[in-house]
Amino acid sequence: MSPSPPPPAAAPDSPAGRRVIVGPFNRVEGDLEVRLTVAQGMVAAAEVNATMFRGFESMLVGRHPMDALTIVPRICGICSVSQSIAAARALADAAGIAPPPNGQRMHNLMIACENLADHLTHFYLFFMPDFARACYAHRPWHAEARKRYAALAEPEPGARSVAATAARARWFELMGLMGGRWPHTGSLVPSGSTRAVTASERLRLWAKLREMRGFLESHTFGAPLETVAALSDATALLAWADGDARRAQSDLALWLEIAQDLTLERLGRGAKQLMSYGAFAAPSGFGFSSGLFDLATQAVTPIPLSAITEDARSAWFDSATGPLHPSVGSTVPAPDKPGAYTWNKAPRLDGQVLEVGALARQAVDGHPLARALLQDGPATVFSRVVARLLETARILPLMERWVGALELGAPFAKPLPTFGRAHGVGLAEAARGALGHWLSIEDGRISHYQIIAPTSWNFSPRDSQGSPGALESALVGTPVDERASDDAHVAVQHVVRSFDPCMVCTVH
Amino acid sequence: MNVLWMQSGGCGGCTMSLLCADAPDFAAQFSAAGLSWLWHPSLSPQSGAEVIRLLERIDAGEQPLDILCVEGAVLRGPNRTGRFHLLAGTQVPMMDWLTRLARRARHVVAVGSCAAWGGISATGANLTQACGLQYEDTRPGGLLGPDFTSASGLPVVNVAGCPTHPGWVMDTLMALALDQLHRIDLDELGRPRFYADQLVHHGCTRNEFYEFKASAEKPSDLGCMMEHMGCKGTQAHADCNTRLWNGEGSCTRGGFACISCTEPGFQDPGHAYHQTPKLAGIPIGLPTDMPKAWFVALASLSKSATPRRVRENATSDHPTVAPTIRRTGLRRPSE
Repeated sequence: MSPSPPPPAAAPDSPAGRRVIVGPFNRVEGDLEVRLTVAQGMVAAAEVNATMFRGFESMLVGRHPMDALTIVPRICGICSVSQSIAAARALADAAGIAPPPNGQRMHNLMIACENLADHLTHFYLFFMPDFARACYAHRPWHAEARKRYAALAEPEPGARSVAATAARARWFELMGLMGGRWPHTGSLVPSGSTRAVTASERLRLWAKLREMRGFLESHTFGAPLETVAALSDATALLAWADGDARRAQSDLALWLEIAQDLTLERLGRGAKQLMSYGAFAAPSGFGFSSGLFDLATQAVTPIPLSAITEDARSAWFDSATGPLHPSVGSTVPAPDKPGAYTWNKAPRLDGQVLEVGALARQAVDGHPLARALLQDGPATVFSRVVARLLETARILPLMERWVGALELGAPFAKPLPTFGRAHGVGLAEAARGALGHWLSIEDGRISHYQIIAPTSWNFSPRDSQGSPGALESALVGTPVDERASDDAHVAVQHVVRSFDPCMVCTVH
Repeated sequence: MNVLWMQSGGCGGCTMSLLCADAPDFAAQFSAAGLSWLWHPSLSPQSGAEVIRLLERIDAGEQPLDILCVEGAVLRGPNRTGRFHLLAGTQVPMMDWLTRLARRARHVVAVGSCAAWGGISATGANLTQACGLQYEDTRPGGLLGPDFTSASGLPVVNVAGCPTHPGWVMDTLMALALDQLHRIDLDELGRPRFYADQLVHHGCTRNEFYEFKASAEKPSDLGCMMEHMGCKGTQAHADCNTRLWNGEGSCTRGGFACISCTEPGFQDPGHAYHQTPKLAGIPIGLPTDMPKAWFVALASLSKSATPRRVRENATSDHPTVAPTIRRTGLRRPSE
């Protein structure tokens, strides 16, 4: 083998300790490496390395604007529809058009379908299998966790993981009907949906929603979705989990038992501000509202979008210009740049580190439980996972409403616009957080395209001020048992996976 | 047979699609065929050092490897160093890992068009020098070279598609496990013929519109998408309209063009994906195996014979004219 000389890593900005490299991380989407400095049995500093460069932004330049709708979903196999929606919105913005109401409902139904599926995939296939690991064999809940959540590739996979995979495959039949297939549909266009729905198809959509409601209420929650969505603080949540939910063999209840036993509410402390671009566009506002939630003030303010920058100081990209707004940003590889350690730039808002994701969406939207979980401190492994499941319970009833609202016979799409010279911004919420596309069109061709993915925010490297990204900070203080061998970094894994990272989006 | 699944320059969508396999118990279907996972990045418990040790043992010949599945393109850049993807935890280019592992594998399967040809990862200027395992677009070669065969004697099996249909991957793996996939079962591009010897056109619900060249003109129209909307279903090798996606779907059923994603070079068609390139008003890409003069003659004839129902429904998003009700049996003599 001919290993390339390792690129020089940035020096840790904390007291010296033992250097530990963790990777390849599995059960995240894409390849990920985390470099830890370990002292006194805990992480003293962390550097997050997104190990790949793919070059999508430069692929798009020179193409017909509509080509973006074929290319950008292929950035990501798990946020595919979210990428399509962001591009469709950027193109609609550039052309000054909007989909008709049915088209908007289809956009919302498709991204909601993907978000909900991604939450299931994360919980059952990516996150929970870690609690079935041998290092937890002495915990009282371990046997049950193994029975339910052993990873799908194990000789005896967990019964709930298997059931969730089957439920997810059935759930994606919604996409087969509405978008032809998942991932990588072409049905989402700036002027609406290429697929209209007939009366009998609307019935089938409704039946599929009922089927998923059945799975969630019998397995995930052991309770009606509305009961979960009505939980207003941690006390109510834990009391519910200890009573009815546990008797109903709720997965959320079992996880809450595990989380309390392992004190996961102390692990993986997040950023001081959380952001959501707003999910599920409606004629006025959003299904889940848009804004910036500040922990110190516990208040939501509008997002100053012009204050977003990407700082490539620690990334293997040319950074001579300093941090730039994505409407004028660039992504030029500089693989030999000294001090760089990742292929991900550092997005900042007004120079500040942000956290994005389901917890951010629910907190910004003002859900009482999400707010209560952030009352006394930042996001943690505990609150991120609770918020994802809370959101799952809230998404499905919204979808039921939109399917009911589809107006048969009314248009689902308008003719496509023509593109001259224009700029456009497309914002969306993928399951794992805020996704933005910034594009320019000249002479009918794309002349500029920059993308900031959710995990670009959460897993960003150090910026020009030396501030670490959200995960890099969240890992500090995480216990590392240096005597254990293979499971040594299980707490590190909980922290990393609690963000539901998507590395393939990050390294677009 | 054991399966090792590696991901490189791609989106992970072929794995996400595989999990949509039509089975009440995905894991049981896999193991029933005699398949077991050595490691899969999304489905395995092992992480970090455990994985690196496994790869090293395969490389050293200590751990037999039956099927190597690769998802995503091989990233050879910058300047053929492979540094655009160093496998996490190893500081070693993924392209070097793949070369080593392929040498040990009984079978090598490229899952998806990126791993087969380079695919969307190689579009445009191909900044990352992406290629497939045994092809670079249509040119044999790629990472492993045109003459590569794995220990079984097969070249790389190219389960092309963007993404792949879960059934294509499951059937390929099951056929390998049951010794039912041989060279004769692969087409000249190394694709399993069970899906690649068919056309997306077969079973397309828009076939009546195609017969009369009653064409869609805008998104959501029901008509045939070949004339104006860029559809390549009459040329694309795949069974998408007879083996449906996610229950009852396919690209054409979703209302958008087939872009021939199982074909090498599909990512750079030379025209906008959603528009049909034409010469003198006639689409350049005519149906596979059809003589051009006959196509033109039949098209003009069928256009002039288009029933009102077909013509009007073609540019609507739902049927506005229903078929006439007529008895289809023979008339009795008394009538």
